[in-house]
Amino acid sequence: MARESLGFEITELRLGLPGEPKSLVSTNKNEKKRMFSEIDGNGDNEKKSNTGGNLKTTESKAQVVGWPPVCSYRKKNSMNEATKMYVKVSMDGAPFLRKIDLGMHKGYSELALALEKLFGCYGMGEALKDPENCEHVPIYEDKEGDWMLVGDVPWEMFMESCKRLRIMKRSDAWQIERTYIEIDEIKEKNV
Amino acid sequence: MKKAAYSFPEEVLEHVFSFIVSDKDRSSISLVCKSWYEIERWCRRKVFVGNCYAVSPPILIKRFPELRSVTLKGKPHFADFNLVPEGWGGFACPWIRAMAGAYPWLEEIRLKRMVVSDESLEIIAKSFRNFKVLVLSSCEGFTTEGLAAIAANCRNLRELDLRESEVEDLSGRWLSDFPDSYTSLESLNISCLGNEVNLLALERLVSRCPNLKTLRLNRAVPLDRLPNLLRGAPQLAELGTGAYTSEMRPDVFSNLAEAFAGCKQLKTLSGFWDVLPSYLPAVYPICSQLISLNLSYATVQSPDLIKLVSLCEKLQKLWVLDYIEDDGLEVLAASCKDLRELRVFPSDPFGLEPNVALTEQGLVSVSEGCPKLQSVLYFCRQMSNAALNTIARNRPNLTRFRLCIIEPRSPDYLTLQPLDDGFGAIVEHCKDLRRLSLSGLLTDRVFEYIGTYGKKLEMLSVAFAGDSDLGLHHVLSGCDNLRKLEIRDCPFGDKALLANAAKLETMRSLWMSSCSVSFGACKVLGQKMPRLNVEVMDESGPPDSRPESSPVEKLYVYRTVAGPRLDMPGFVWTMDDDSALRIS
Repeated sequence: MARESLGFEITELRLGLPGEPKSLVSTNKNEKKRMFSEIDGNGDNEKKSNTGGNLKTTESKAQVVGWPPVCSYRKKNSMNEATKMYVKVSMDGAPFLRKIDLGMHKGYSELALALEKLFGCYGMGEALKDPENCEHVPIYEDKEGDWMLVGDVPWEMFMESCKRLRIMKRSDAWQIERTYIEIDEIKEKNV
Repeated sequence: MKKAAYSFPEEVLEHVFSFIVSDKDRSSISLVCKSWYEIERWCRRKVFVGNCYAVSPPILIKRFPELRSVTLKGKPHFADFNLVPEGWGGFACPWIRAMAGAYPWLEEIRLKRMVVSDESLEIIAKSFRNFKVLVLSSCEGFTTEGLAAIAANCRNLRELDLRESEVEDLSGRWLSDFPDSYTSLESLNISCLGNEVNLLALERLVSRCPNLKTLRLNRAVPLDRLPNLLRGAPQLAELGTGAYTSEMRPDVFSNLAEAFAGCKQLKTLSGFWDVLPSYLPAVYPICSQLISLNLSYATVQSPDLIKLVSLCEKLQKLWVLDYIEDDGLEVLAASCKDLRELRVFPSDPFGLEPNVALTEQGLVSVSEGCPKLQSVLYFCRQMSNAALNTIARNRPNLTRFRLCIIEPRSPDYLTLQPLDDGFGAIVEHCKDLRRLSLSGLLTDRVFEYIGTYGKKLEMLSVAFAGDSDLGLHHVLSGCDNLRKLEIRDCPFGDKALLANAAKLETMRSLWMSSCSVSFGACKVLGQKMPRLNVEVMDESGPPDSRPESSPVEKLYVYRTVAGPRLDMPGFVWTMDDDSALRIS
């Protein structure tokens, strides 16, 4: 499989053998900026407004206190065990890991905002839209132990498969990338 | 005092009175004459206090020295929706302390929306020899330590019901504190507890209490332990399951199905958290005997719900999520001709778009198919005047109608008109309507209808409705039997309130939040009406730091014989006679 330009090879990070089929990969993978436009429009609302707009709409729904009149006991106990999806989030350079409940968010843009708030790393939303120019890149470990770029798959699929999150410095991503290229090259040589 | 020659001796009157149990009738008896008042108060055994601040413990004890059963309610209803700030009040402790001293033979305490401490529970456990019933409904403030005290000390306990309370669950150990010799449990509801209880202790407790009729487990009780519990109590009439999911295994399933089939008296089912649909058929064998089914936590889809519901031909009460959809409600209407009460809760109340195919049509179907339907609570996203009209005409026997159209101020989706006429039809046709909750786009006209026709109405809940004070005036001046009125986010102000001040003394309480009632008007009301407590809640600071014409955040007015309460937190101000002095 031909490699993309270097900036997007981070998406090729795999711990599995090269060539193994990945059912999680979305179909228009080969588009240069695909994951970011997907994040913007896929898991979230159909509106293609900017992140802030989306969030405002969803947030303002929840902001009227006590409406709809569902009693707080019912609200608390209606959460399915499955919807309490706390995952660890680490950020390179931050001394402590944090935990975030994926079930609390409706889509990637909300997640981006939550991560920004947690770590004070502003620009997470932008990172999801324009990876080349961002300092931090969110990646996640899926159920199979592979590290994936956040945003490739539909939000629900992401929620199910995400085991932990990591906010990586772009510069670090290069390091790992290089290691994998080397590993792959070695493997190819040995085939 | 002269006794008329024809009057009965006291003992006879007392004996006759003992057959009168209704509170209203007891109250009427006590008003006949002084001697009847005296006799009645000495033989009154049961008292219901709808607002714990309407009266005080000393007043209660002085009048009724021989009570065996006390029910108290604390916070206003809107506390359920987080509209009453933390610390507002409703403290059970002063009551429990007073009753511990005055009623050594007290048997039953029922509290709703009150703050109960472990200390209070310990006092209960140690003070009442013959204590039998403890019901804590939507209460908070206690931990499993308090429960341990009850378990360890109340030898004659029959009922322990913690429904919807917020309990700090420190450990499941408390259940083991019921001594081995304790066998009188008849009803246990621990569904609100977060952590696992000691399952072995639970099993042993259940199997040694032959009169256990009600068992409502908490989510943490795994499904595979349910069969054992059921086998230990085949006489159960009401069961609340724990989490209704497990690895799908045929042996677990058949064990469960067998255990359910063995409960020939089971009439009520609830629980059903985290339902794995393939386990639902385990209850099919007993569906035909069920009269009450609470599936409001069961996140299963319409087809599974339909299968279940269609087997429950004797069903009288159904609580379910809107996953049932219009199709499911149509099946319900066809299968459950004995249905009296339906509650449909929203699965995704904060979602922007509808996630299920549930509309007004579902409710119309049920109103057509279920001739005994009296009580409705329905969350949906669209409604029309035509549908409400149809429902009203189909079901003039409705006594409780609570409709929540999720988006505030939604008009009739067909005509884009307000829903005044629809709700008007409800109050006009349903002459015995006692409880009504409004929603959708509504003008003052709906209140005119309510004032005109809602003569039996006792409780009205209003949100985001009305245009002016006239709306409030219609209700206060027209609804002869109104007891509780709760309003939020409506443009109702001073005029209607002050013009109907006297009406407020005939009601239990009035709640108004985010309306247009000014601080000045509250003061006037407080000063004019000494038998009302007029309480203003404002978390942004003392109301007198703003102009008198500023609207208050929240207003809670209730009649009382106990005077202003003394346990108000910092954000509550009382507008009584010396309110001016008290605030500054």
